[in-house]
Amino acid sequence: MPPKVDREKCDGCKAQQEPLCEQVCPGDLMTLDDEKKAYCRMPRDCWDCMSCTKACPVGAIETRIPYQLGYHPAKLIPMMGTNTITWTCIDINGKVERFRYINRGRLD
Amino acid sequence: MAGKTIPKSLNEIPREVIETDLLIVGGGNAGCFAAVEAKTQDPSTRVAIMEKAHISRSGATAAGMDAINTYIRTDKGETPESLVRWSRAQVGGGPMREDLALSNAQLLNESVELLEEWGLPIVKDEDGNYKLRGRFDISIQGEQLKPIMAEKAQEVGAKVYNRVVATNLLMDNGRCVGAMGFGVRDGKFYVFRAKATIVSTGGACGLYKNYTSDYSGAHHQTWMCPFNVGTGYAMGIRAGAEMTSMEQRWVAVRTKDFSGPVDTLSVAYGCLITNAKGERVLRDRYAHLGGDKAPRFVRLNAPMTEWLEGRGPVYVDTTVLDEEEAKELREDLLNERPTFVLFLASRGMDITKEPVEIYGSDPYIVGGHTGSGYWIDLQRMTTIPGLFAAGETAGGNPNKFVGGCATEGRLAARGAVAYMASVSLPPLDTGQAEREKERVFAPLLRGPGFDGVTPLEMEERLQRLMDEYAGGISQFYRMNEERLDYALKHVKVLQDQTRFLFAKDLHDLMAAHEVIDRLDVAEVLIHHLKYRRETRWPGWQTRMDYPEPAPELDCFVESRRDPSSGTIEVFTRPYEQLIPGDRTQG
Repeated sequence: MPPKVDREKCDGCKAQQEPLCEQVCPGDLMTLDDEKKAYCRMPRDCWDCMSCTKACPVGAIETRIPYQLGYHPAKLIPMMGTNTITWTCIDINGKVERFRYINRGRLD
Repeated sequence: MAGKTIPKSLNEIPREVIETDLLIVGGGNAGCFAAVEAKTQDPSTRVAIMEKAHISRSGATAAGMDAINTYIRTDKGETPESLVRWSRAQVGGGPMREDLALSNAQLLNESVELLEEWGLPIVKDEDGNYKLRGRFDISIQGEQLKPIMAEKAQEVGAKVYNRVVATNLLMDNGRCVGAMGFGVRDGKFYVFRAKATIVSTGGACGLYKNYTSDYSGAHHQTWMCPFNVGTGYAMGIRAGAEMTSMEQRWVAVRTKDFSGPVDTLSVAYGCLITNAKGERVLRDRYAHLGGDKAPRFVRLNAPMTEWLEGRGPVYVDTTVLDEEEAKELREDLLNERPTFVLFLASRGMDITKEPVEIYGSDPYIVGGHTGSGYWIDLQRMTTIPGLFAAGETAGGNPNKFVGGCATEGRLAARGAVAYMASVSLPPLDTGQAEREKERVFAPLLRGPGFDGVTPLEMEERLQRLMDEYAGGISQFYRMNEERLDYALKHVKVLQDQTRFLFAKDLHDLMAAHEVIDRLDVAEVLIHHLKYRRETRWPGWQTRMDYPEPAPELDCFVESRRDPSSGTIEVFTRPYEQLIPGDRTQG
């Protein structure tokens, strides 16, 4: 489910004509509310692809597993680097794991 | 911003007319490759891409990909012919279009190598070759797969129209001369006039209900992209194109509760399918069909049969993995379905200590996986002159996946560029455009206080109908003639009820057209399922009233909807075996 937006962190991508999460969402689900904060207009329709979570420049979006499917409070946080991605995964027991690898360029 | 511009009348809606040489409807994998190839063939070709979402992260590969399932390692003795033979065995011996498959296989490796050239990290073995994880599949670090393809399409000069939803083809005396649609952001009506059009919109998800559908936040817990609703098929169906093999549905075995991949675990990491009693299901019960290498529909139907016969739950046995392998596996998963890793964390699971449960998915119509889609010729032209198909929309050639869909985009572009040389653009048929504009915007212009049906209500009605009566997951994919008749009757009612659809904003208008398109695909699908009075691919197509294969149906089932009467004609075409040998052996 659905992207959960940290309203303190979200600045609505002020400099952009359209916030990056709204630009990128393949389901046209992210948009801004009256207070210029991002939200998901149809949480049930999210595909959990994490495109918005990766695109958010201030790390305000977290993708959550619907509670019917998985328990609280697991987290998966992507950090986009130059030609790399780093993921931090925290399970419901607090176990932390990191994954970092190249996501652009030849592997020779 | 979306939903802010609600017109009061048709006159307020601007019409944008764009003239181009090649129109590509759908900027996914096949569409991006088609754009690049068209520009490679002839740099002066004007290429426009109509893209429903944003090309950088749209469609089936939005989240990324962890493998390219088809690459021919000639140094291992594989050939285009051996790939086609394998593909044929994966669909139980066909029928399939071996002519299409062979021409695709001959160009396949070059397409995969192009991806690496554009910046896709492909994993190598110690000799510097692409590292195999199965017989034909190679591992990639494909988190950026979609942005890489999208950037290349733009770099070569394709003009991308993001957030423009295609609704119908633009026709001229039976020939396709472009497409029409609307801007989900700007609210404009769009008419693209093109000498040739390639439809590469992806397949159809959401015809059927998913088993997690009713839970809050989990309606779209589907494997295939839920935003690919079959528009590419629907536009052709409405224009009278011939469709093939729609009844060869793709249903996949996936991880249960969260739709994660199973082949990655079972093929690449040797985590085999095991039932509740600890038995190796495929090895012990399906050895005669190939055991753990049995065709895809067997690998789906076997675990579901275990459930039905009281030996569920069923698992992929990840306890064979050590810590390092388990981490490597999750790194692969992060490239394709990152939230599956989050799901495992949300269950607090150590997969080296407990196995991962599996189950069947909802059924999809996807010509990149099975044979459903447009009937096309070797140039990838459909039965409508000027209209080409590539990727999930193109039928007859299953098991294309990323590499094959990319290649088909290139082949379709070559076909389209050659076709364009002999045609010119007719003047714009404004009457046709105005009629489409009226049809497209009708749900938005019902007026205040209109008492109707929301797109969501109709979508859910269709999905439950198909699930229960046309062989969905709740019925373990089983169907019979009477249930299919019931499904067809109610699809017809729903099609009539689309005049009650109302949309509150442009996003909702998109949803309204998504359900309209799904209904048109569902109708054709049911006709195909009814025609095949046999069971050829149990799980994908299970007829309880005709449980065995019928020798006389060893052929393609085809359909064509008459655009004026709406009548759907169903007929057959013969299967032609080009690659000799036992069709069930890969």
